[in-house]
Amino acid sequence: MNLVTISGPPSSGKTSVILKTIESLKKQGLKVAVAKFDCLYTDDDVLYEKAGIPVKKGLSGALCPDHYFVSNVEEITNWALKNEFDILISESAGLCNRCSPYIKGIKAVCVIDNLSGINTPRKIGPMLKTADIVVITKGDIVSQAEREVFASRVNTVNPSAIIMHINGLTGQGSFELSTLLYEEVLNIDSLKGMELRFPMPAALCSYCLGETRIGESYQMGNVRKMKVEE
Amino acid sequence: MKGIKSRKISELISEFPFLTSFFNDSGLDIRDKEELTLTEYFDGFDEDEIENKAINPENLIFQIGEFIKQMIAFLGKEDDVVKTVTILPGRDKSGVEEMFEELVIRQGEIICIVGPTGSGKSRLLGDIEWVAQGDTPTSRSILINDNIPDKKWRFSSADKLVAQLSQNMNFVMDLSVYEFVELHAESRMVENRKQIIESIIDKANSLAGEEFSPETPITSLSGGQSRALMIADTAILSKSPIILIDEIENAGIDRKKALGLLLAEDKIVLMATHDPVLALMGDRRIVIRNGGIYRVIKTTEEERTIMSTLEEMDKTLLAYRTKLRQGEIITRIENNIP
Repeated sequence: MNLVTISGPPSSGKTSVILKTIESLKKQGLKVAVAKFDCLYTDDDVLYEKAGIPVKKGLSGALCPDHYFVSNVEEITNWALKNEFDILISESAGLCNRCSPYIKGIKAVCVIDNLSGINTPRKIGPMLKTADIVVITKGDIVSQAEREVFASRVNTVNPSAIIMHINGLTGQGSFELSTLLYEEVLNIDSLKGMELRFPMPAALCSYCLGETRIGESYQMGNVRKMKVEE
Repeated sequence: MKGIKSRKISELISEFPFLTSFFNDSGLDIRDKEELTLTEYFDGFDEDEIENKAINPENLIFQIGEFIKQMIAFLGKEDDVVKTVTILPGRDKSGVEEMFEELVIRQGEIICIVGPTGSGKSRLLGDIEWVAQGDTPTSRSILINDNIPDKKWRFSSADKLVAQLSQNMNFVMDLSVYEFVELHAESRMVENRKQIIESIIDKANSLAGEEFSPETPITSLSGGQSRALMIADTAILSKSPIILIDEIENAGIDRKKALGLLLAEDKIVLMATHDPVLALMGDRRIVIRNGGIYRVIKTTEEERTIMSTLEEMDKTLLAYRTKLRQGEIITRIENNIP
């Protein structure tokens, strides 16, 4: 089985891109399943079910979504292995631009959109900079110039990535992406012992544990202060 | 890239000035650190900084090497001239083979693509953009200059075969016309920037009915002005040899001149359209049916004559549109509205 991790800022078009790409994968006779990770709410699982795609949904709730992802990805992979899927696609939103759910040796795709502004590639951390494939969406509504500038900025911060343009509405470009996702030789039978490409943001402070009061005397653990000059 | 780790940042930058943009865009501050080697520079970050700034030294050194390699390749070469694009037949949605031997499209040609919505126009354009090698749902193959194309057309972000101009496109940046074109010119690393920017704005103004200044914010351009600027900018600054146009609305822009400008820049123009005047402006038109190329028709002399009549009719319609917009009441059909 192949595992592909797809991640990207909220509303960048991940689900549309995945749905269209799976259409092409299915035509190649591959059995595909999706694991959708989100924070508070998602009904994307319904979209996948409607399209006849087996899906598992995980909501992290009060936890850091990426920590939640790493804590569950092994079990989800085992579920997919047991059901003998050819590809499991994990979809997760990079909520703080800092994190990345990518795993060494597992294909990593970042989805970002042209509307997010040309400085966005600078602002996104490992989620963009360590991806193998960067998919840029919503190119049909911005000018050619903006598309070119955006793509060149993505290329500057991640020169080794393959950059692709996909229209999530029409699916243009999704067939092409599908050809890059599955490789028979990349067969995995467990994630045990594999490593993340990049450490997750760390936090263990009183607020992580449910503290709601404001004030220095309530703060413990991993707390950092801004330098505010007089 | 071997050996860059142990070289001083100042040396690297003087040899590869474009690295400044890599450091900037990656959020790496190199002020007062230029005399360090890359290894020393990254060693200088303490654990906190590495964690906070999400820095991965090993990956960054690798990416710097990749960036240098790409940029050397990009700057060192002449632009590839694409003289011809050849489409070799595949199959339509029912698996029936397409009925043409090969379709050769040449530099300076306008090819229109006609057919009902959903008939497979996007797939054809997709095949060209992805330089299909029998590996897309249509099994078509694409040749460039009569040869099997280089892989870079698929994967390099600097060498895209197709640039697109479509009706739904908008400017979303908050910049003046000049700043906007300048940004594009910067990303394309062209020389004599000022001259090129001015010529783009001039050309755009010659296409648009109403003139705009370099200081105009791009978001306040009219529909016609926006289209004119997009076309002039794409014609002159975009490196892609093929321009794909999805309709050009017949308002506020001289469509013939616009196509002329693209051809003057040696582009190949592919135009998907439902507009009869535009469809007849092409040298040939591809008719798509059920996902396949059904016919390729050369525009006949007779059709050219008919096109002039259609253009007159178009003008008449436009004149009524103007009248209505100005608050006039229409009482009869005149044959020659001034």
